[in-house]
Amino acid sequence: MIEMTVDGIPVQVEEGSTVLDAVRFYGIEIPTLCHHDGLSEYGACRLCVVEIGKGENAKLVSSCTYPAEQGLFVRTNSQRVVSARKMLVELLVAMCPSSKTVQDLASAMEVTQVRFKVDRMNDCILCGLCVRMCEEQMMAKAIGFVNRGKNRKITTPFDLKSDVCRTCGGCLYICPACELRCQGPNADTDLCNACLNVQPVCLKEEDDKMCFLETCGWCYEELGRKKKKMEKK
Amino acid sequence: MRTADIDRILKKHDYKKSALIPILQDIQAGHRWLPMETLKYVSEKLDIPLIDVYSLATFYKSFSLKPRGKHVVTACCGTACHVRGGPKVLQELQNELHIGVDETTPDKTFTLETVRCLGACALGPLVVIDGKYHGQMNTKKVASTLKKYAKKKK
Repeated sequence: MIEMTVDGIPVQVEEGSTVLDAVRFYGIEIPTLCHHDGLSEYGACRLCVVEIGKGENAKLVSSCTYPAEQGLFVRTNSQRVVSARKMLVELLVAMCPSSKTVQDLASAMEVTQVRFKVDRMNDCILCGLCVRMCEEQMMAKAIGFVNRGKNRKITTPFDLKSDVCRTCGGCLYICPACELRCQGPNADTDLCNACLNVQPVCLKEEDDKMCFLETCGWCYEELGRKKKKMEKK
Repeated sequence: MRTADIDRILKKHDYKKSALIPILQDIQAGHRWLPMETLKYVSEKLDIPLIDVYSLATFYKSFSLKPRGKHVVTACCGTACHVRGGPKVLQELQNELHIGVDETTPDKTFTLETVRCLGACALGPLVVIDGKYHGQMNTKKVASTLKKYAKKKK
């Protein structure tokens, strides 16, 4: 067993596991996109970023590809990690605003604006899930990355129908960009953020009360009651 | 390219999967570019998935999947060559050959390519033809330099 520290808590993990496995085993949440159980780790999306080491030597690594080490000091939600993650999500939104998975990640991380130019024509985020699915689960290896740099894309050899593709649809099944986001009134905006845009009405009155613990509309009733009391006095 | 030639190159490299890059380099040295059939043949013989061969061939700029001419003209577009008039030289090359960048003349004599930097900035603006460096290039020298190569029979 390897002993390490995660967010100040001493933990024990099995040898050979990654930092992501260890942290998730102890119930600490780390967002991921290109990680999938049953597929090899790829480390493309970098969303699983954590800070390891102490003081000046602390550095950001992708936890899905970093093996657990004896005495490792891991922080999963430091300010540096959170700001790096937000930037990464903004970059993902800029690459593929039509994906539900990406929009959900943005909402979960309370990303309210995108600092980058949003590309509406592009849909692929090059996470490599379909390539690994095709190779590792479907044993076909019909698609892969071609070209490089800004021209990098996923396709079949020579952009022709592949001889080894069995049209199993595994790539479509696993693709996070293929699932369209909610087609509600905010479908054309860069960021969905439907839930984030609603200002909790109880915020002014009940600052320390966490409104998500109560049923919705509770604060309105409470406000009404208070007003009535005031009027009576 | 005949399959016998490819077989000879494959045999030279012992049919090793790890020797894919040198194999493709040897094929390109003999044939000037990599046709689809050749890549398919190599992938079959080496038992490497075709997509791996294809992604490797598209990753490296030195591999060409389009037919190339007898002489490959490479104009440097690096910073040093740029400030010394590289774009004008490139434009003159295009005018002289009547082709754009990454294109081949209809008589299959010249192919025009660009490169970011060759590390010989003191020679800039630089034009490389068939591996020979032509430094201090200017718009006046372009036509005469190309003429030398057009006459050459390779």
